[in-house]
Amino acid sequence: MTKVSMTVNGKTVSGDVEGRTLLSGFLRDHLNLTGTHVGCDTAQCGACVVHVNGEAVKSCNMLALEADGADVGTIEGQANADGSLNVIQQAFQDHHGLQCGFCTPGMVMSAAALLKENPRPTEAEVRKYLEGNLCRCTGYHNIVKAIMAASGQDVSSIAAE
Amino acid sequence: MPKDSGIGASSKRREDVRFLTGAGNYTDDINVHGQAYVHFLRSDIAHGRIKSIDTSAAEGMPGVVKVFTGKDFEGVGGMPCGWEVTDKHGAPMQEPPHPILAQGKVRHVGDPIAAVVADSLEQARDAAEVIDLDIEELPAVMNMKAAAQDGSTLVHDDLKNNICYDWQLGETDDAKVDEVFANAAHVTTLDLVNNRLVANPMEPRVAVGEYKRGTDEYTLFTTSQNPHVIRLLMCAFVLGLPEHKVCVVAPDVGGGFGTKIFHYAEEAFCTFAAKACNRPVKWTSSRSEAFMSDAHGRDHVSKIELALDADNNFIGLRTNTYANLGAYLSTFSSSVPTWLHGTLMAGNYKTPVIQVNVKAMFTNTVPVDAYRGAGRPEATYQLERVVDKAARELGVDPIALRRQNFVTQFPYDTPVALTYDTGDYNGTMDKLEAAADLAGFAARRAQSEANGKLRGLGVNCYIEACGIAPSNIVGMLGARAGLYDAATVRVNATGSISVMVGAHSHGQGHETAFPQVVADMIGIDESMVEIVHGDTSKIPFGMGTYGSRSLAVCGSAMVKATEKVIEKAKRIAAHLLEASEADIELKDGQFSVAGTDKSVAWGDVTLTAYVPHNYPLEVEPGLEETAFYDPANFTFPAGAYACEVEVDPETGQVTIEAFTAADDFGNIVNPMIVDGQVHGGIGQGIGQALLENCAYDENGQLLSASFMDYAMPRADDVPFYGVDHSSQTPCTHNPLGVKGCGEAGAIGSPPAVVNAVLDALNSGGKAVDHIDMPVSPSRVWAAMNS
Amino acid sequence: MYNFEFEKPSTIADAVSALGGEDAQALGGGQTLIPTLKQRLAAPSTLVSLGGIPDMQGVCIEDDGSVAIGGATTHATVASEAASNYPALAALAGQIGDPAVRNRGTIGGSLANNDPAACYPAGALASGATIITNTRQIAADDFFEGMFTTALDEGEIITSVNFPVPQAASYQKFLQPASRFALVGVYLARFADGVRVAVTGASEDGVFRWSEAEEALNKEFRQDALTGLNINPANMIGDLHGSKEYRAHLVSVMTKRAIEACM
Repeated sequence: MTKVSMTVNGKTVSGDVEGRTLLSGFLRDHLNLTGTHVGCDTAQCGACVVHVNGEAVKSCNMLALEADGADVGTIEGQANADGSLNVIQQAFQDHHGLQCGFCTPGMVMSAAALLKENPRPTEAEVRKYLEGNLCRCTGYHNIVKAIMAASGQDVSSIAAE
Repeated sequence: MPKDSGIGASSKRREDVRFLTGAGNYTDDINVHGQAYVHFLRSDIAHGRIKSIDTSAAEGMPGVVKVFTGKDFEGVGGMPCGWEVTDKHGAPMQEPPHPILAQGKVRHVGDPIAAVVADSLEQARDAAEVIDLDIEELPAVMNMKAAAQDGSTLVHDDLKNNICYDWQLGETDDAKVDEVFANAAHVTTLDLVNNRLVANPMEPRVAVGEYKRGTDEYTLFTTSQNPHVIRLLMCAFVLGLPEHKVCVVAPDVGGGFGTKIFHYAEEAFCTFAAKACNRPVKWTSSRSEAFMSDAHGRDHVSKIELALDADNNFIGLRTNTYANLGAYLSTFSSSVPTWLHGTLMAGNYKTPVIQVNVKAMFTNTVPVDAYRGAGRPEATYQLERVVDKAARELGVDPIALRRQNFVTQFPYDTPVALTYDTGDYNGTMDKLEAAADLAGFAARRAQSEANGKLRGLGVNCYIEACGIAPSNIVGMLGARAGLYDAATVRVNATGSISVMVGAHSHGQGHETAFPQVVADMIGIDESMVEIVHGDTSKIPFGMGTYGSRSLAVCGSAMVKATEKVIEKAKRIAAHLLEASEADIELKDGQFSVAGTDKSVAWGDVTLTAYVPHNYPLEVEPGLEETAFYDPANFTFPAGAYACEVEVDPETGQVTIEAFTAADDFGNIVNPMIVDGQVHGGIGQGIGQALLENCAYDENGQLLSASFMDYAMPRADDVPFYGVDHSSQTPCTHNPLGVKGCGEAGAIGSPPAVVNAVLDALNSGGKAVDHIDMPVSPSRVWAAMNS
Repeated sequence: MYNFEFEKPSTIADAVSALGGEDAQALGGGQTLIPTLKQRLAAPSTLVSLGGIPDMQGVCIEDDGSVAIGGATTHATVASEAASNYPALAALAGQIGDPAVRNRGTIGGSLANNDPAACYPAGALASGATIITNTRQIAADDFFEGMFTTALDEGEIITSVNFPVPQAASYQKFLQPASRFALVGVYLARFADGVRVAVTGASEDGVFRWSEAEEALNKEFRQDALTGLNINPANMIGDLHGSKEYRAHLVSVMTKRAIEACM
């Protein structure tokens, strides 16, 4: 066991982990932050996406010890300070960008990373950026729409409300 | 004018808040104090005879609690099949045992051989590695047609052959069918494959079994679409437990699409092992494990023949299908190629003579069962592909050919056992033509051609039988369960309402849509109504969610229970208002006496029901009603879909340029959710048509065993979809007039995509009349160059 | 996963020393290695992370104009920091995996793994890059030795990769639809002294140079230079995503598109 420390959603946390403990496992099992989901074992689905030092990473494909000292953000830390949904979360609700909710944390975290580097993405840019996030429920329509709406674009002309 | 609440409003989903903030409660988020973990040692060969299993070394490994093999389950029931199909000679289907852990033989890659329970998952895996297996490999039975031949290797040694059943529906007189085809002016024939798929809900399956010694009670937390069905099957057929001692909880479930309907061995194992180990036992499937243990979908090989007269009227249809059931009968597997498939072969057309033949085969593959659409996509794909091919052969417009043959009079008795209650196929097609701007297609094609691309338009219709299902009818057809549903409407003293429903929401938005109905009926705010689902200790005995049934069946039960509540509340109100019950009206949450200004609020009545001081003595206190609802018929959503593709003639790459759906779902409670259901179905249908392929090699090795080789549709594989559901012929036999919308997209979209690709190729001078799904670049290129 | 010790040295020397232990293995971004470990297909005693070594990070422009990339530099960093000096290579880096994978995966990890469908081997081979390790410099032409095989010795670390910048270059990737690795990827680099064409995804032997195409293009660099040239399908990969013949065909199409992009 090795001690690992990091900042998660603004709080300093630490724990004893094995070399093989994944960041997703540390978040879920040690910190009980179960909003980060694990949907595959080949780094394809993106349900586990979190932010490490501000960048989107697949937490099931990163060792917890690799995040030692890092600043980690998870879905549990995304809401506004008063607990209300942030702009992206609100857009997902407004535009029905989720159904079963399992891929949603990863989608929201990826969307946040996208809008940070590209504040007004085109439809094609959103779709391309979501290459590493699988959703089986929505056919992606309302996810793409929600992210464009969250960027302040008018999505009212996009088919089907 | 869109409504802002109640039936017809696009109310935002209340469940989203917890999912968007990481506060969902999925099964893998549940950890029970003291739990151990199970790892299943699964077969890495497709077919073999188990000569010995030595677990002694494993039992001595660190952290190991107990090691189980098939021997531990001798005398325990196997996984049951919920539907007995009778073959065309009147004999029951062949029904081999499906043990929890393999006994005697392994029959597919992934078949569980042993289970190691240990303090940690990694310890369980370590121990599984030292289990000594001696398995004699046998030839794998993979090809369905070869498997049907006499002398084929048997998947199950105790069966007479590999044919589960040889089933027929429709015209039984072969000579009569032959005569129709002999007299036809034109016959179009098509051989096609409906590709094997893996449902792949994003949440892998999980089961946590818990046993309380003090009370002899079990709890199973599981990723299920129907907790009561799981409890019934597991208690009555597998483990022999009293149902009242077993609670099954399906909390937030991350998508199902059919594959979480079935009772799986892992669920029974965790429940059984919790007592045997005297510790909670947890199993979390990895995605790799899911590929070889979740029931697969589709996998039909068919020949379809369509006979037309000289005026292009459909006069006969004959299909011959081999349906793959895999190595064992999964819970509802036998019903999929038969009653969920053959009955839909009439489609939207008034073809007078139809004969459907299905041989269902055992092979050394993962069991195959219902996946979104379940039988109906297979029927629709065959029919809509052969109609399209006929139109091309005859040189007629494919839409006109369809319109000419549409059923237009309702109710309509099909030659394949269904009665369509209502529909307007021409009206729906009109909506499609407008919504998809089919008039502008020629210009769009010219534009694509100017860019060096081939553009194609594919159109098709579909009909499905949903609202599954009338119990008396399905009982006659072999179902071993009733298919009603149930709801309890519990009004609390202060007027808020808890509705306990048998349906299970795993993405469908019941927690939002169901309250819209109840709130609308009473005239109170939606936020006063809460849905409780997914826990057998809390809800009435319901059959769960599949077959686009939740609102049509469980929603109807909820309406009936709410009507009972309102009726009783009116009696209380009449007492309070000193009026006759017949004069009491309920509107906007106020009970009033007709023709007067006397009224009493909903909340005052509900309080009175629980504080019955001034109360009608002949009425029981309290305000809680339960209703069970058994539908009188299936519902028949129908629609018309259009797909436009571009094909890169150099690479064969297909891109979906536009996809438009026009559906008739009858009445709609929440249009936003309905649109979302259609979007998701189309996404899966495009996935089947272009990308997804669960492939085995000839030795039974699974080639597409992870997302690295099983191509899931991604955001940039699909466009924005156009969805129109303004064509509405309400269902005639349920109280809401709803039909169901969950599967339509997946049923209606694959033929549109394939028809579009073929249209593109033919427009480019390539006389290609069929390409099997997935229509991958490689296959398109090969077809163009053959 | 089997358990392992984890070390994260901050110097190349310490990393080399740590990798001297029995069954020690280097960890780049882990985007391929961790899934492999999850399947228990590897059992290192120690994983030595190369992510904490400042000397192996970043993109810099050498005096001769070549682009030097630290071995532990992520694909995302290359995509952004090499964009002005070597846009084709930056574009290649920007097509690997997905954004989250690009934030972890490294050039050194990719080259050392030499997946037959990876993108970087094509970029390095076509660019005539030099792979610099803790002990030596290896020309790309000598580095790739077949599927998942390279010239690297046990414990040898790719510390940086030096890319000469061609006059024009283009990477054309045709996606394997599931993994989104290259079903076929062609990297064409046009230097003053000749054209180099490297193909990934297609061959049973991993990345290779298409010398016939190079000869034809060296004679005359024009769009129809490949007319009459075909790749022999016999050595191509044939699998459920594409036949040997299809891959051979795609090599021609992707090369043609790369030529067009370089015109």
